[in-house]
Amino acid sequence: MNPAIADVAVPTDRPQITLRYKWGVSEASFRKLLYLAGLTLLILLLAIFFSLVIASLPALRQFGFSFLIGKTWDPVRGEFGALAFLVGTLMSSFMALFISLIFSLPISISLGEYFREGNASTFMKSVIELLAGIPSVIYGFWGLFLLVPMVRALETALGVSPQGVGIFTSSLVLAVMIIPYASSIGTEVISLVPSDLKEAALSLGATRFEVIRKVILPYAYSGIFAGVLLALGRALGETMAVTMVIGNSNFLPKSIFSPGNTMASVIANEFTEATGSLYLASLIGLALVLFIVTTIINVLGKLIIQKMSTRK
Amino acid sequence: MPEISIHRRIWADKLFKALVIVLSLSSIVPMFLILFMITQNGISVIDWQFLSHLPKPVGEAGGGISNAILGTLWLIGLSFLFSVPLGIFAGIFLSEYKGGKLAYLTRLSIEILQGIPSIVIGIIAYVWVVMPMGSFSALSGGVALGIMMLPVVIMATEETLKLVPDSLREASLALGVPYSRTIMKVILPAGLSGIVSGILLGIARVAGETAPLLFTAFGSPFMNLNILKPINSLPLTIFNYATSPYPDWHTLAWGASFVLIAFVLGLNLITKWVTRKWKVQF
Amino acid sequence: MEDNLKGFIKYLVRGFRMKKGLNFVLLFPILFSLCSSGFAAEVELIGAGATFPYPLYSKMFDVYNKEQGLKINYQSIGSGGGIRQLTNKTVDFGGSDAIMSEKDLKEAGAPVLHIPTCAGAVVVSYNLAGDPQLKFTPDVIADIFLGKIKKWNDPRITAINSGVKLPDTDITVVHRSDGSGTTNIFSSYLSKVSPEWKEKVGAGPSLSWPAGLGGKGNPGVAGMVKQTPGGFGYVELIYALQNKMSYGTIKNKKGNFVKPTIASTSLAANTALPDDMKVDLTDTDATEGYPISGFTWILVYKEQNYADKPEEKAKALVNLLWWMTHEGQKYAEPLHYAPLSKAAVGKAENLIKSVTFKEKPIRK
Repeated sequence: MNPAIADVAVPTDRPQITLRYKWGVSEASFRKLLYLAGLTLLILLLAIFFSLVIASLPALRQFGFSFLIGKTWDPVRGEFGALAFLVGTLMSSFMALFISLIFSLPISISLGEYFREGNASTFMKSVIELLAGIPSVIYGFWGLFLLVPMVRALETALGVSPQGVGIFTSSLVLAVMIIPYASSIGTEVISLVPSDLKEAALSLGATRFEVIRKVILPYAYSGIFAGVLLALGRALGETMAVTMVIGNSNFLPKSIFSPGNTMASVIANEFTEATGSLYLASLIGLALVLFIVTTIINVLGKLIIQKMSTRK
Repeated sequence: MPEISIHRRIWADKLFKALVIVLSLSSIVPMFLILFMITQNGISVIDWQFLSHLPKPVGEAGGGISNAILGTLWLIGLSFLFSVPLGIFAGIFLSEYKGGKLAYLTRLSIEILQGIPSIVIGIIAYVWVVMPMGSFSALSGGVALGIMMLPVVIMATEETLKLVPDSLREASLALGVPYSRTIMKVILPAGLSGIVSGILLGIARVAGETAPLLFTAFGSPFMNLNILKPINSLPLTIFNYATSPYPDWHTLAWGASFVLIAFVLGLNLITKWVTRKWKVQF
Repeated sequence: MEDNLKGFIKYLVRGFRMKKGLNFVLLFPILFSLCSSGFAAEVELIGAGATFPYPLYSKMFDVYNKEQGLKINYQSIGSGGGIRQLTNKTVDFGGSDAIMSEKDLKEAGAPVLHIPTCAGAVVVSYNLAGDPQLKFTPDVIADIFLGKIKKWNDPRITAINSGVKLPDTDITVVHRSDGSGTTNIFSSYLSKVSPEWKEKVGAGPSLSWPAGLGGKGNPGVAGMVKQTPGGFGYVELIYALQNKMSYGTIKNKKGNFVKPTIASTSLAANTALPDDMKVDLTDTDATEGYPISGFTWILVYKEQNYADKPEEKAKALVNLLWWMTHEGQKYAEPLHYAPLSKAAVGKAENLIKSVTFKEKPIRK
C-alpha cells in the first residue's frame, strides 16, 4: 500500500481527477507557488523602477529636460544639471570599450578559433574568469596605487598637468574590468561558426587569417557586437573603481586627462550628505537615468543574441 | 585582378596569428599585476592579530579587520536568506514554464535586474529599508545584496534544471509521486551541482560589493551581529582605508584586499570542484 | 489532507527536520538574528558627519568605550552627511563644522542644538619639492582657488615669498568632493576676503568649484595633495601633520603672517560667543589669531523624544556630550585641536542642560 496516497477521488461528474495526498500539496497549489515566485520577480523590478521615479519626481518636475543637459551642478544654489556626469560617463565608458576591444577581440579569436581546447585554452579561460571575479573596489585600489602614478608619469612626459587621476585613468581601469564581458560572447559566437563555411573557404586556398577576416568575423559580427553592448552596460554602471581614480570634479571635462565624474561616482560621493530633498531627488534622478540607460543597452544586447540563436 | 603573392598572404597570416596571441596574452598582465601587488603588500600584514582584532582609532598602530570579516560573512548570510529560496523557486518556475507570458516577462525582469548598477540597488535599499526603519542596518545591506544575488541564483537554477531530462520527471510522475515532490526531491537534487555553483558564484559576487553598502550597512568600528544595526564589511574597509592618507591604513587595506581576494578566488575554485564532483551525468 | 499552503509548509518543515545539515545552515542565521535583536536593548549610539574632527572623535569614543562601555559608532562622511542623516533621523547625533542653514533647520523640523567640541584650523597644504615654508595672502589663496593663478612661480606668489625658488609647475587645486564643514569654514573665509569669490562661488558645505580635483573627506584631499606634485588643497591641521605635509602661514586681518597652531586657533576662538554657539571664527580680528579657524559642533535635537527613542539612549547621549566638553577635552591638544575655552565650555554646558526628553531637561 502506498502511504503517499490517502485517497483517490475519481468523481464521475467532473472531468478532472483530483489527487489528494496526506502530506504535501496538490499540483495546483504548488504550481500557484511557482507562479507566485515568478510574479514576485516581475513585481520587484517594477517596484524598483517606480521607487526611483517617485523619489526623483521633485527634481524632474523642477528641472524637466534641463536636468539632463544642464551644465551646472551647484548644490549651494540648488541648480542640478547632469550634463557633466553624462559626458564623464560616456567618455570613460566608450574609451574603456575602445581600449578593451584591442584586447578582447584577439582573446575571442584566440579562444574561439586558434585555441579551442587544450591547456592554453583552459589557462586563458581561467585568467579571464579571474579577471571577472576580482571585486571592483580592489580594481580601484590597484588603479589608485599602480595606474595613477603611471599616468602621472605619462602626463609629465606629455607636458600635461600631472594629476594622475582623471577620465583617462578611469577608462584604463574600466577597460581591464570589462575585458571578460566583451570577450565572452565573442568567443562563443566565433566558436559556433559552422565548420562547413570555414572549410569551404580553406579549400579554396584562403589562409587562416583570411578565413577569419572574411568568413568568421562577418558571421559572428552581431554576437561580438552584443558582447560589446553588454560590456558597455557594465562600464556605465561601474562605481567604486571609477570613483577612486576619476578625480571627482563636477565639471565638464576638457580633455581625456581632465578629472571628471560619472553618474555612478557622483551618487556614491554625495548621497549620504545630500542636504535638502531637492539634492537627494536629483541624485536619485541620476540613478533613474543610469537604470534606464543600462536597461536599454542590456535588453538590446540580449535581443541581438536571441536573434542570432534563432537564425542558426 | 591584382595578385597578392602567396608569400605575402602567408606572411600576413603568421603575423596576424602572432599579433592575436600577443594581445591575448597581454591581458594576463593586469591580472598578474593585481594579484602580485596584493600578495606582495598584503601578505606581510596577515597575522592572527590582524584577523582577530578590531580596528583602532586613527594614528594608532595595530588594529585589525575582525569585524569586517565577520560583517562580510553575516551580510552574505542575510543575502543568502533573501535570495536563495525565492531564487530557486523562480528558477524552477522558469524551467517548468518555458513558454507563456509570465515566464517571458519574468525572464526579461531577471535580465534587466542583472544589469542594474549596484549603486542603484543601494539607493533602492536605502529608500525601502533605511528610510522607513530610521537607521542604517545590516538588514538593509542584506536586502541590497540579496537583490543582486537573485538573478545569479535564478539563472543558474533555470539553466541546470533545463538540462535534467524530461524522462526523469515523467518517470517520477508515472510512479505516482506528486508533482511538488517530484520537483523538490527528484529534479532539484539532480541539478544540485549547478544550483550550488550558482549560489557560490553569487556569494563570490556580493562578497566584493561596496557601492550598495555605502548607505545601507554604513560601516562600524565595532563587532556587530545585530541585523538592525550598522555593520562593517571587507570591501567597505578596503575603500575607507585605501582612500585615506595614512600609510598604516594603506597597509591594512592591502591585507584586507588579500583576504577578500583569497575568499573570492577560493569560492570560485570550490565552485569548480562542486561542479565536477556533484554533477549528475545523464 | 490539506490541499493548501499550510500543508505545504508542514511538508517543508518535515523535510527540514529530516535534513539536519540543511536545517542548520538555514536556521542558524534566522535564530541568531532573532537572538541578537534582543541585544537591541544594549544602548549604542550612532553618529555621522564631519571628517574635520574625526581623529579626535575616534580617540574620544574609543576612550569612552573603554571607560564607560558605551559603543559609539561614528562614520566620517562629511558635515553635509551629518546634517542630512540627522534630519533623516537615521543617526543619534551629527558632526558638523558647518552651521545648519535656515533651509536645513526647516527641513529638520525641530530645533537642533549646536554643541561645540573643539576648535581647529583649516590649513592650506601643498606638495612642492624641498618642502619650502610658504607664505600666503588672502587674495592669492582666493585667486588660486578661482583658477586665476595657475603656476607656482606666478609673480604674486613669488612676491610674498622672496628667497624661495618656486618651480614652473602647474598648481593642481584639490577641494572636497563631498559636502564638508571644512569647505564651509574655508569658503566663508574666502567670501570675506575676496568679493569675487563671494559673488562667483559663495560659501557653504558643497560648492560649485571653479577649478581643481575633488577628494572625499579630509583624508581624500590630504591623500591627493600628498600624491600630486604641485598639489594645493585645504585640510584640517591634524591631517597635514599626520601626513607630514607642508602647510603655509597666512596673513591675517591685522597684517601678521600667522602659523596655524593650537595657540593661534585658540586666539581666534577667543571671541564674543553667542549663547547658541553658532559663530564663525574666520578672518579673526585677533592680532595673532589664525584666520581660517572654526569650531566644530555636535548636532542634536533639543527634544530627544522622537522616533521611539528610549530614554536611556537620550541620557547616554547627554552624558557623552558632557564628558566630551569636560574630561574629553584633554585629548584635544595632543591631536592639535584647540580645546574649548572656559567661556565656551560654559556656553556648551547651558546648551547641554537644555536638552530635554518629553520636555524635561535630562541633565540639570
